[in-house]
Amino acid sequence: MTANALTQRVRVKTMMPPGHIRTPAYVRGKVGEIERTLGPFGNPEQLVYGIDAERLPLLRVRFTMAEVWGDAAERPSDTLDAEIYAHWLEEVD
Amino acid sequence: MRMTKTGDVDSFRLPPYGHEMTEFTGKRWHDMGGDDAGPMNGHAPTDDHDNALWEKRVDALLVLCSGKGLFTVDGLRRGIEDLGPEAFETMTYYERWIASVNQNLVEGEIYTLAELGERMDSVAKRGDTYGIATHDG
Amino acid sequence: MLHDHHDHDHLSPSGHPYRADNDVPLTYWQTMEIAVRELLIEKGVSTAAEIAGQIDAMDRRSPADGAQVVARAWTDPAFKDRLLADASEASREMGFDIGTLRLIAVENTVDVHNVIVCTLCSCYPRNLLGMAPDWYKSREYRSRTVKEPRKVLSEFGVVLPDHIQVRVHDSTADMRYIVLPERPAGTDGWDTEALADLVTRDSMIGTSVLSTVT
Repeated sequence: MTANALTQRVRVKTMMPPGHIRTPAYVRGKVGEIERTLGPFGNPEQLVYGIDAERLPLLRVRFTMAEVWGDAAERPSDTLDAEIYAHWLEEVD
Repeated sequence: MRMTKTGDVDSFRLPPYGHEMTEFTGKRWHDMGGDDAGPMNGHAPTDDHDNALWEKRVDALLVLCSGKGLFTVDGLRRGIEDLGPEAFETMTYYERWIASVNQNLVEGEIYTLAELGERMDSVAKRGDTYGIATHDG
Repeated sequence: MLHDHHDHDHLSPSGHPYRADNDVPLTYWQTMEIAVRELLIEKGVSTAAEIAGQIDAMDRRSPADGAQVVARAWTDPAFKDRLLADASEASREMGFDIGTLRLIAVENTVDVHNVIVCTLCSCYPRNLLGMAPDWYKSREYRSRTVKEPRKVLSEFGVVLPDHIQVRVHDSTADMRYIVLPERPAGTDGWDTEALADLVTRDSMIGTSVLSTVT
């Protein structure tokens, strides 16, 4: 998604390509709210190989523990923030 | 791997070459958020210590090489990730770092493996301890 | 900068003992470090002085620097606003050499407790606080803090009341984090130096809370 398309609620893509990826597996497919927008920063999936890196918005996304862990959440209303590069996020209606 | 005898009817149901499929999901070993793990009790704050000189040097080499654009911090992380899960348990933190720093420098054509190997040999011949083998500057 | 690092064999600026190193048998990886360093120097990538200087710069950084930032925020509301808006700039404003560190400060309140982790590696605000403690880099801390932070915190001796919301921050990318702990009760009128002495490293990671001063 592009920077100006960012909505308040986003879903982390579920894709699982191998490689050096800074989107933790435990948030894949989870919906959260954008806490703040940062960047742009170089895409680490390209920086890792020393190739020209696309500069991407970096979003701090806040998830509830209920969203991330479901019934296994220690305290559903506690929150978890993670920085996710824009290409890993899709809009939620 | 499950072995099957020639002519065993099961062999026709197996994937090619008789391999069983793996259960890899795409989640790599270093991506450990949410994994089960033991208590923090073994990590009392009083256990903290400063790093050895050689470890501080490894740290400095990473900072300087990445600052000069020889490779990136992501390149360092990738080298550590590629060491595999066993290395996390069997190598110390800065052992993993120097292994990855070296990998990145070789890939970046800063020096060759032969140059490294010859230098390591000559370093090892200087003496039995780090203090003797290192040349301080 | 010329500096004899043999001095470091016995003395650490942060007051901790160095790990045994110079007198134990040379290992393969130590041999590699020596060889890599010498090759980098010979090829003109770096110099011995530059490497020593980088070690010194890192040794000068410690939790005491972060403690001064926290104490200033407790006593100077305008600074606290600047810290929460841009913690890197606020730290530089106080004169700390934090290099390229991009820092976010998250504030503990009567209702919120923040805790910092890096599940993917061990990202840490090292250019302000110095090196990360060993437990921060452990499998236990990295794995469990995002899923059961209250249980992890209880193992550090921190038991949070039910009404407090826990916010876990996973340092997954370009930013690093520091917790602005709550100012302890019983410190009214204290100057920033005395306040800074109260601030622990772990309180700035979120694995401890500062006790009321009696």
